[in-house]
Amino acid sequence: MLEISEKLLGEIRLESEKAYPNECCGFIFGKMNGTDKSAVSVLPNENKSEQSEQYHRFVITANDMMSAELYARRKKLDIVGIYHSHPDCPAIPSEYDRSHALAVYSYIIVSCRNGKAAEYTNHILDPKTNYTKFIAEEIKTWQ
Amino acid sequence: MAVTVLIPTTLRMFTGHKSELTLDGATIGEVIKSLSDEYPETKKVLFGGDGKLRDFVNVFVGENNIRDLNGYDTPVKDGDEVMLIPAIAGGSPVESVLGERLGDKLTNSEIKRYSRHLLLKEIGVKGQRRLKGAKVLIVGMGGLGTPLAQYLAAAGVGTLGLIDFDEVEESNLQRQVIHGSRDIGRPKVASAKDSIKQINPLVKVETYNERLTKDNALDLIGQYDIVADASDNYQTRYLVNDACVLLGKPDVFGAMYQFEGQAAVYYAKEGPCYRCMYPAPPPAGLVPSCAMGGVVGVLPGIIGTVQANEVIKLIVGGGEPLVGRLVLFDAWKMKWRQLNICKDPRCPICGEKPTITDLEEYDYEDFCGIKAKEEEEAEVEGIEPKELKRRLDAGEKITIIDVREPHERAIAKFPNAIIIPIGQLDRRQDELDPDADTVFVCKEGKRSILAVRTLLEAGYKGAAYNLKGGTNAWSRDVDSSFPQY
Repeated sequence: MLEISEKLLGEIRLESEKAYPNECCGFIFGKMNGTDKSAVSVLPNENKSEQSEQYHRFVITANDMMSAELYARRKKLDIVGIYHSHPDCPAIPSEYDRSHALAVYSYIIVSCRNGKAAEYTNHILDPKTNYTKFIAEEIKTWQ
Repeated sequence: MAVTVLIPTTLRMFTGHKSELTLDGATIGEVIKSLSDEYPETKKVLFGGDGKLRDFVNVFVGENNIRDLNGYDTPVKDGDEVMLIPAIAGGSPVESVLGERLGDKLTNSEIKRYSRHLLLKEIGVKGQRRLKGAKVLIVGMGGLGTPLAQYLAAAGVGTLGLIDFDEVEESNLQRQVIHGSRDIGRPKVASAKDSIKQINPLVKVETYNERLTKDNALDLIGQYDIVADASDNYQTRYLVNDACVLLGKPDVFGAMYQFEGQAAVYYAKEGPCYRCMYPAPPPAGLVPSCAMGGVVGVLPGIIGTVQANEVIKLIVGGGEPLVGRLVLFDAWKMKWRQLNICKDPRCPICGEKPTITDLEEYDYEDFCGIKAKEEEEAEVEGIEPKELKRRLDAGEKITIIDVREPHERAIAKFPNAIIIPIGQLDRRQDELDPDADTVFVCKEGKRSILAVRTLLEAGYKGAAYNLKGGTNAWSRDVDSSFPQY
């Protein structure tokens, strides 16, 4: 389960609108408690995929990931998830998302239609399938 | 040296949920070895079969990637911080493979014709115009090509390319319903074009009455948005896949045999390719073709329509394309199954370090074992049907062994033949007279080659021959009353 405040979700939605018609991406920092995660902050990251591909692809480089990992540790937090947007596409994880996803992290996807943030979903790789398939992960929000 | 290894959240399940480990080693290589020794579970995710770290895992010392330092030989000192960092990527589902391209505005007549598509919000005017603007190449105009061509034409795909070198035969008509009795002897692509024009005269049909080869594949496939592989042999399947990967096109695949079929979308941009799933073909001759093993006539109709449906989804965009999944169908049991298939980072064409970058230099015949098989076949002595007839008429003592299946013998019995299945040749070889010539007979002269080799390998000392071209050649050259099938 991922607990996250409406305020942080609002920040993610705003990022999806700023990046439109391209995909946005960023980190969700928080605390791990067994399989439960609670989000404390989010941090946008520059989409490092090729400019011409950014409308349907995002890449976070190892260097950016490293900086985020160090940032989290300084704040006594963990990276608990990754968010990105699907411009003019449903917030369903794509096969590309699945094949590039990593275990444990929550994957929040926001659909952004005509520049306005729409529905969002949260998925996690299913340990029961040896981390080969996404399943919806419960998300608990508060004001 | 004792260094601190920082473990990101995603890998902690393999390190007893510890976020930091203290490990020994003078170099990164040694530290990584300590890690895998102490936490063997990490090997599964971090290391490939070659014992090296997988490419998507990056190792940092402090804030420097070891790729920019000395790789595994990068020295570390007490108190250094080492981090294992995975790279992250993702993206939206496949929109239309056509991107933003649309066909011309729909005419009123087209609006009427495609009304049932236009009523679907998932297709609508935009989807129908994408279909109108789309170009699809169908490789093979046989069983699978039939429903592909018929349904894609009816759906309003703007341009259909058909490639097949073959002509319509009577034995095709049981399943290749795009061709009719009057088309026997005509090029399949010509016959199919006529049928398509009957279904939908608005479709532009390009025909290629030739074989798809490595010399024409890139040029031809390059002119189309999607390829539907409706071929019946491994050489063509690998060739279609490779050309599609190199050109960034989806390969909508289908295959079948007897009562079973399969379909998948091999699209390297979005998921695995055919080589990720099947790194190598089975040995030549192990898997018989439909011509040898038979196929229930409805099966290509089912598998080919699955392919047509996937083609339409890729053009219209949306839905859940059959990327990264393989659908298996058993018509006799009426069962569908689905397998998830993964991209292979070591795939020789769509992997991280591809070795196949040019079709010209690749030997498809050798890869598919065709050359080796031809050489093996050449080693077995054959006899022409007319020669066998002449010697039988001359009263020579010849033993004829029919190795066909019982249900084939029910179609027609070969005169004066003894029945011995290939599997029993070894133990029943003393039933043969080594002083007389023995001739093996099957439908096409292929299983009989296997029979001769089996017998000789079992130590038989007499002379054994294969009837060239089998009973079908016997019918053509000697006795037309013997049915061809």
